[in-house]
Amino acid sequence: MDISKNRDEYNITELLKNTLDREKNEQLKDLIVSSIYAEAEEIATDVVVKGGSKKKDWDKKLDDILTSRYTGFPIMFLLLGVVFWITIIGSNLPSEMLSNLFFKIEDHLTIWFMSLNAPRWLYGILIPGIYRTLAWVVSVMLPPMAIFFPLFTFLEDLGYLPRVAFNLDRLFKKAGTHGKQSLTMSMGFGCNAAGIIACRIIESPRERLIAMLTNNFVPCNGRFPTLIALSTIFLGGLAAGQFINLTASLFVSILVIASIIVTLAISWLLSKTWLKGVPSSFTLELPPYRKPQFGRILYTSIIDRTIFVLGRAVAIAAPAGVIIWLLANINVSGDSILNHSAAFLQPFANLIGLDGFILMAFILGFPANEIVLPILIMSYMAEGAMLELNNIQAMKELFVANGWTWLTTLNFMLFTLFHFPCGTTLWTIKKESGSNKWTLFSAVMPTVVGVIILFTITQSVRLLGLV
Amino acid sequence: MNKDYIPLFKVAVGSKVEVFKLLSAGLPRRRMLDLGIVPGTAIDVIRKSPLGDPIAYNIRGASIALRREESEQILVSKIS
Amino acid sequence: MNSTCRSCPKTALNQNFNIKLKSYDEFIIALAGNPNVGKSTVFNALTGLKQHTGNWPGKTVSNARGNYRYKDKRFTLVDLPGTYSLLANSVEEQVARDFICFGKPDATIVVADATCLERNLNIVLQIMELTDKVVLCINLMDEAKRKGILVDIEKLKRKLGIPVVATIARKGEGLDNLMDKTYNIALGLETTSPKQVQYPKVIEDKIDKISKQLQNTLKDKLNTRWVALRLMEGDTTILESIGMFVLDKKDTYIEREGTCIYGYQ
Repeated sequence: MDISKNRDEYNITELLKNTLDREKNEQLKDLIVSSIYAEAEEIATDVVVKGGSKKKDWDKKLDDILTSRYTGFPIMFLLLGVVFWITIIGSNLPSEMLSNLFFKIEDHLTIWFMSLNAPRWLYGILIPGIYRTLAWVVSVMLPPMAIFFPLFTFLEDLGYLPRVAFNLDRLFKKAGTHGKQSLTMSMGFGCNAAGIIACRIIESPRERLIAMLTNNFVPCNGRFPTLIALSTIFLGGLAAGQFINLTASLFVSILVIASIIVTLAISWLLSKTWLKGVPSSFTLELPPYRKPQFGRILYTSIIDRTIFVLGRAVAIAAPAGVIIWLLANINVSGDSILNHSAAFLQPFANLIGLDGFILMAFILGFPANEIVLPILIMSYMAEGAMLELNNIQAMKELFVANGWTWLTTLNFMLFTLFHFPCGTTLWTIKKESGSNKWTLFSAVMPTVVGVIILFTITQSVRLLGLV
Repeated sequence: MNKDYIPLFKVAVGSKVEVFKLLSAGLPRRRMLDLGIVPGTAIDVIRKSPLGDPIAYNIRGASIALRREESEQILVSKIS
Repeated sequence: MNSTCRSCPKTALNQNFNIKLKSYDEFIIALAGNPNVGKSTVFNALTGLKQHTGNWPGKTVSNARGNYRYKDKRFTLVDLPGTYSLLANSVEEQVARDFICFGKPDATIVVADATCLERNLNIVLQIMELTDKVVLCINLMDEAKRKGILVDIEKLKRKLGIPVVATIARKGEGLDNLMDKTYNIALGLETTSPKQVQYPKVIEDKIDKISKQLQNTLKDKLNTRWVALRLMEGDTTILESIGMFVLDKKDTYIEREGTCIYGYQ
């Protein structure tokens, strides 16, 4: 703010500024702060009586384990794994129930539409288009979010999250960013949009922007189902029966670690290039552990997080349903637009070890990551609307029939981690950063990263003749 | 006389020290002051993070973790 | 901005702080304190589920507001960001300071942690320099008791010269008392005499000198002792804020924020 420009007679700020310049003095500042603290100390010693302490030891004991050189990291990853595991296991049944319910409602809606003699295209857009997309998004997203967010809020309420930041800070400092980025990152596991909102806790604008731009690298709840399904296929031949879930979880954990490494690497790169700067000072309070308040946890996680995120997802998925349906059902010179586009993308897709349909599924899955796999299945089966293949084996056969190898599966998973953020997330980045430029960058950058990784892997594997 | 004073960063876990002087200036200095780190403040070194940095200190009743960049700027003397 | 709008007293709240009131007789209460002292527990316990969250205009700091009724009056509670001080070193601190200083709340509740009172008194004393409409809420009394820490509330009250209430917000204990004291302060039924920190002579002399100059220009719009202290510290943000909130200058963001909802729309 340029104060001197204003030539009003009533110009107080100028006068004040002169005062300020004359009196500016670091020693005075110290003296003022010291006096306040001296006063505080004096009052406190007078009114506070300290006796023996018991609880303090408890905090210390917990911290000795949770932030120890030896057990700190293993426990952190174990907790992360347990949270995922509970989320995966716990959301299976409700997801299935919701999905059954929605499809039952769809049947009724279909009958109702038939009885009305509604035009076919209208029915197509409204039911297999909008309704089915929404049903899919809600039934796939709601249960994991309703489980993951309370678990996360529980750890937050307990006071564990500051310890995570404490443990990981050194890595983030090396990357030139803020220790609190680890918190926004773990929030991103639930939902990247929520993670980006959480970036508000980082004070420095530079570090906040880095945290926002890289948040998308950690897979959210919408991408976990895809990762889990594909790693089950991927490892199908390696592990037997009941161990499939466990090995698949392990592989997903490896992918998660890969995503954290990429987050750190890109953060480092950004802070050395476009977002140059020194890490701002880091003071983190490690508050005493507190007994979580369950009512509060449910309220914040369900209302503030789940419903909020779901609302945004639904707002984006509805129009997307229309577009997907139109693309798959409008025929141009004997083939659907979807097939034409896939054929167009094929040469490029082949370079990075995917195929045209996969790329098209990612592009159409822009509204929400969880619809990528359904769209792909839909395209392969040449169906006009999304459907669900509950059977992993059937899915595998379908993919193999369409020319998938282990490399395609791996590439698909990696591209799931490293590509443009979903519409909800981009919208949030736009709102939070207030910049079109950075929003665009946040879409292009991870895609470029993904393409580079995929290209390198694919070309090396082909060169070595492994496929 | 400077010999008796060491940067807070170098103090071993478990020790108790007293702040002698803040070397930083400007905003970083004010942040330290706000945390209650003024000359004469007693600080306990509580624990190191798994990777050695940051280190948590007990400052006026709260556990505060400081990165090396900050704790290097605080000169302290040991009290037994 | 037209003059009808500017003349109404509560417009500033809406324009500068994104706070809309339902009626003129609603009281605004600021809730301040250090981080991790259970401030949001107090906030939730008082307001229940009647809250809105948003942003401070032009800032990426969250702003939570909620309502409660006590006796015959309606109160809007504004949850300020948890900060260690009000010296405006960060956006959060600036938001908190500006609200207490320029938003002119009818009362400010400072939440303090009974387990480390000394650290918390820092911000209490700073707020007491700024306003005399303060209620101190000593929270986490149960945790302190478990740690063997006893706080003499009566003595603290006498020492500080403001109402002090002990609470265990998570169990709802002491909240009636807190609302009662806040009611009295907001309605002016109870007056306070906040203890002022006495600085060393060299500073007090400067305060006198600067205050005299300030009195001519700031009149009674701001506490001159407090402004003098901030200037002495070289705090430039206070100039921006004075320009923005007191002088209502054109080049500040007042023009850009919001529309008037009182009498003119």
